[in-house]
Amino acid sequence: MREALEGSQAIARAVALCRPQVVAAYPITPQTHIVEGLARLIADGLLAAELVSVESEFSAASVVLGAAAAGSRSYTASASQGILLMSEVLYNISGLRIPVVLTCANRAVSSPVSIWNDHQDSMAVRDSGWIQLHCADNQEAVDTTIQAFRISERTELPVMVCVDGFTLTHTLEPIDLPDAAQVDAFLPPFRFSRTLSSSAPLSQGTLVSPEFFTEMRFLQHEAFARAEKEILSADRDWAGFVGRDCGGLLRVEGDREASVAILAMGSVYGTLKDAHRSGLLGRPVRLLSLRAFRPFPAGAIREATQGLSDLIVLDRSLSPGSGGIVAHEIRSALYGMAKGPRVVNFAVGLGGRNVPGEIFREMLESLEKDPPSFSIFDLDPRKLPDPGLDAATEMPSSGPVLSPR
Amino acid sequence: MVEIRIHGRGGQGNVLAAYLLATAAFLEGQFSQAFPSFGAERRGAPITAFVRIDGSPILRRSQITSPRYLVLADDGILRIPETLAGLSPEGAILVNSPRSPEELRKRLEVEGMTVGPAVRIETIPATRLAMEVLGRPIPNAPLLSAFLSLTGTLSTESLGRAFAGRFSGDLLQKNMSLVASGASLVAQNLWKEPIHA
Repeated sequence: MREALEGSQAIARAVALCRPQVVAAYPITPQTHIVEGLARLIADGLLAAELVSVESEFSAASVVLGAAAAGSRSYTASASQGILLMSEVLYNISGLRIPVVLTCANRAVSSPVSIWNDHQDSMAVRDSGWIQLHCADNQEAVDTTIQAFRISERTELPVMVCVDGFTLTHTLEPIDLPDAAQVDAFLPPFRFSRTLSSSAPLSQGTLVSPEFFTEMRFLQHEAFARAEKEILSADRDWAGFVGRDCGGLLRVEGDREASVAILAMGSVYGTLKDAHRSGLLGRPVRLLSLRAFRPFPAGAIREATQGLSDLIVLDRSLSPGSGGIVAHEIRSALYGMAKGPRVVNFAVGLGGRNVPGEIFREMLESLEKDPPSFSIFDLDPRKLPDPGLDAATEMPSSGPVLSPR
Repeated sequence: MVEIRIHGRGGQGNVLAAYLLATAAFLEGQFSQAFPSFGAERRGAPITAFVRIDGSPILRRSQITSPRYLVLADDGILRIPETLAGLSPEGAILVNSPRSPEELRKRLEVEGMTVGPAVRIETIPATRLAMEVLGRPIPNAPLLSAFLSLTGTLSTESLGRAFAGRFSGDLLQKNMSLVASGASLVAQNLWKEPIHA
């Protein structure tokens, strides 16, 4: 049923529809409302799950690891520093091939402290062996959350559902929440093939010598290739229930015949689509919304970029000393492609900076001026320090021993 | 599309005000969107919330930089230059203030801030009303109902239904009476414009 809901509340209700048996989380902005919502559903008797209040994100991730290993469908959520504090356990969860769903309410990473949205947090753990699916709006956040449990349990890979903090989590809008019967028909009860049990003891997470480590890593990597099919089939099957899809791995819209495309990941896509629909772009443009960042759908990207002369890739995170992270992967996917497009990479909206619809036309116009392969597009040079000031100010020295004068 | 920006201070319920307005629009069959922009949450700090209402699904998620309407939960907020930034030259401002619109215009001039001659300003003493009924300085109910009465964007009945979705019992009754009194303090449809312009 369609309701006017805050994104976080809708995600909490979607999680509850998946009947998790264990929820563990530690509060952090902008994720907190999701787990608060789940805590209320449990307290009100609407969800039969064990809510474990923990003292840190490290423990939150550890609790869901153990709970899922013991056969319980388990869920957690975090953001920013919380994701970083979890990172050791995130590797453990994926290496042990334990199905878990985590919502990352995407937020910038300190320092400097920012509570606002960008993608630095999930990018910081992109190599941890988690499937990462990005949501363009709150409807996709609801639908992807439900699909995530099935994808995770079928692939035995954990799934991180990436939802832009504030921009989606704190936005109230009409959202269709499916019926419990639809979710139950789509998502069978959780059965874990290696459930820890005292009646059939087994060990997990033991020391693996060089004799077998390579094979373990191969299996983990190979599982991601199969995950592409599971992501596509989950989206297709769920669309059979609700009549809408999330674009599978990558959504292609706009002017299909255009020679220029803009690729975005997450909620900026809505503003881009609005700019296209409102005629703000000033020329035909193909629009690409990247949903799956892990597995990285190189084949789908090569197909979606056929016939392009230029591809603008938006990044909401930064690898300092290198550039935008999404664009690196896109370039790698397109390498060696006959008549592949020029890739122009713009970081935009770092730390929650507003991304207005007018900015896309400026990006398109900048293509004529031979832009660098990477730049921060919405940089305001007036806010940079004046180098003359530093040179003129003598700074006191400090340390255990004062230098003699 | 109607774009409304709400300015106030943390603790006044401004984010809730934006959510209530968007919920009322949804209940009336419109598409709507509401979201806040705040710093680290704390009482008293300036906060901004955004509301969009349209007849078709709303795709854009950028902040509202050129609103048609401003709703100010506190007349002290007028002194912050960002409050008036981007307001449409034909826009309108509803202020929670015991002062008259003329007095507020004069104060703005003294502060060196300008409001275009076509910008309309109305005030209602929403905090006083809220203190009388709720015993707390939460100006939402009278302020939102006065706004809807002035603009005719939505019915105050829909606002009442939005309140009923979040409150019950005595608190709901008190808010409903504030919805009625807020609407009665302003001239109905004074700022009326179609949503789908």
